[in-house]
Amino acid sequence: MTYEGVPGVVRTKEQHRETTLIVDTPRLREACLHLRDEEGFNTLVDVAAADYLGWPSGPEDVAGYIGDAGGRSVTSPGSWGLERLPEPKPKRFSVSYHLLRLGADPARVRVQVWLDEAEPVASVIDVWPTADWHEREAFDLMGIPFEGHPNLVRILMDDDWVGHPLRKDYPIGGEPVRFSGEE
Amino acid sequence: MAVAPGARIYEGTRIPFPTPTVLQLDERLRERGDILQINFGPNHPSTHGVLRLIVDLSGEEVVGLSAVIGYLHTGFEKSMEQKTWWKGITYPERIDYVGFQNNELVFVLAIEKLLELEVPEKATWMRMLLCELNRIHSHLVFLGTAALELGAISMFWYCFRERDLILDLVEMVCGTRMHTRYFQTGGLAEDVPIGFYPQAREFVEWMPKAIDDYERLLSSNEIWLERTRGIGLLSGDDAIALGQSGPVLRASGADWDLRKAEPYLAYDQVQFDVPVYPNGDVYDRYKVRVDEMRESTRIVEQCLDRLEGMEGQPWIADDRKVVLPPRHELHTSMESLIHHFKIVTEGYRVPEGEVYVAIESPRGESGCYVVSDGGAKPWRVKFRAPSFVALEATATCMRDALVADLIAIVGSLDSVMGDTDR
Repeated sequence: MTYEGVPGVVRTKEQHRETTLIVDTPRLREACLHLRDEEGFNTLVDVAAADYLGWPSGPEDVAGYIGDAGGRSVTSPGSWGLERLPEPKPKRFSVSYHLLRLGADPARVRVQVWLDEAEPVASVIDVWPTADWHEREAFDLMGIPFEGHPNLVRILMDDDWVGHPLRKDYPIGGEPVRFSGEE
Repeated sequence: MAVAPGARIYEGTRIPFPTPTVLQLDERLRERGDILQINFGPNHPSTHGVLRLIVDLSGEEVVGLSAVIGYLHTGFEKSMEQKTWWKGITYPERIDYVGFQNNELVFVLAIEKLLELEVPEKATWMRMLLCELNRIHSHLVFLGTAALELGAISMFWYCFRERDLILDLVEMVCGTRMHTRYFQTGGLAEDVPIGFYPQAREFVEWMPKAIDDYERLLSSNEIWLERTRGIGLLSGDDAIALGQSGPVLRASGADWDLRKAEPYLAYDQVQFDVPVYPNGDVYDRYKVRVDEMRESTRIVEQCLDRLEGMEGQPWIADDRKVVLPPRHELHTSMESLIHHFKIVTEGYRVPEGEVYVAIESPRGESGCYVVSDGGAKPWRVKFRAPSFVALEATATCMRDALVADLIAIVGSLDSVMGDTDR
């Protein structure tokens, strides 16, 4: 299946029998409306944000990688599965919208936008109402600001929580514990 | 189109505006006064865990509603980024602790998709068998608790009696009654134990009779019908717009089941029907689940037929870079010892890439989005939780509901709070 008519597509990626359409961030809503109305993607299944801070840029950054930029060394044991080097990422955050054409002719596609820190993206809540909580979750845990969302508040963390826990620069086990008798 | 023609549950849409998940109190009603705002939960026996609903009541009528979640947020996704792929398998089953086997499956399938790993036939069929047992288990928990909340106490005892039979089978397979960690990358952790098939056969013979009993108790019970029929309406179009899946969607007239639409495991090789009901109310959601239990029993039976002929076949892929070597080899083979040591200490590496895998869990589409950087730990794991999405429909279902219906409606959406909050 081709997605040539989708507005704003920067790149199309095929991997593991899945199609990813990387869309120019300002034209996300346009692309989503096209996919819903022209291609029949009536369901938004999931919105998944990912933080690529510290994403490996070369073979030396992947723990245990044996080989060079050309690929893994076949003579080195233990390097199973490292045929590919991590592909460099354009910006820090990705937001992936997993779409489903629910009906007689089912299909799935992933629409992806790339964002810098604090860079806003348009909300798709009026395209698929289900985006409401998914976007709130991405805002809460990853700090993605969705423009045009009528109720963009924290959903899983406390209302007064500081920081976005799923970011890579958010520490784990960072909660200070005080013991009795401590100065 | 997936939605059955002629299924008109109501005209137009009932999804609230501007926020689809918040039923806003009408300002004119507020000015008239006499609106009672109550806090329902998070610690309330009939909210299925720690769900909190802020409800505006005018008399007995629900006129405003918003759901507050997150009380059970435990940061599973963050924790999984710190564990090797191998160790991470224990997490997903604790996310949806009622549909544990299905959640375990979706993560294992995602790893296998990235690894492009072939799984032996026996493992595929055993996985399918356990997932269907788990579906029955989950629906029994739904039926028992949802009926209990509406006053049918005996249902709870009957359902939990059969649930125990399933847990006995699970215990036989892996030693624990829940959270099995029996699915391993590449297949199963161990072979199917001796005596499992006869006991599973006994269960398959018994279960249809038990389901008949439930139906005799409930399906034509006057109180049950009064409390569930025409309550919590959700039209097919609204259900799709709100991203619903699983029994909630099928009770709204949409013929959609991932086991049929996008078959995984070996679902294309078994015979079963997908129950679809047209009315989109609490009663139809109950009917869908009861019928699904019957269909799942049928699938379990067919799995047993196949598995009984697979005695002696491998249950896990023979790939020493990913799969632990057989225990007995560790005493005699240096290579096996090295492989064992490598996998247990630093884990195996998974090629760079991103995948999304979806399966039909008891609650609907359970999805797993995984990003790997080629290392031994996942870069990002995101679960598409069907319970999270089901709760988005509360505000729409609750239009014109009475406060007593609220309990029936929340029960019928069958969300597990561990799954919602992750």
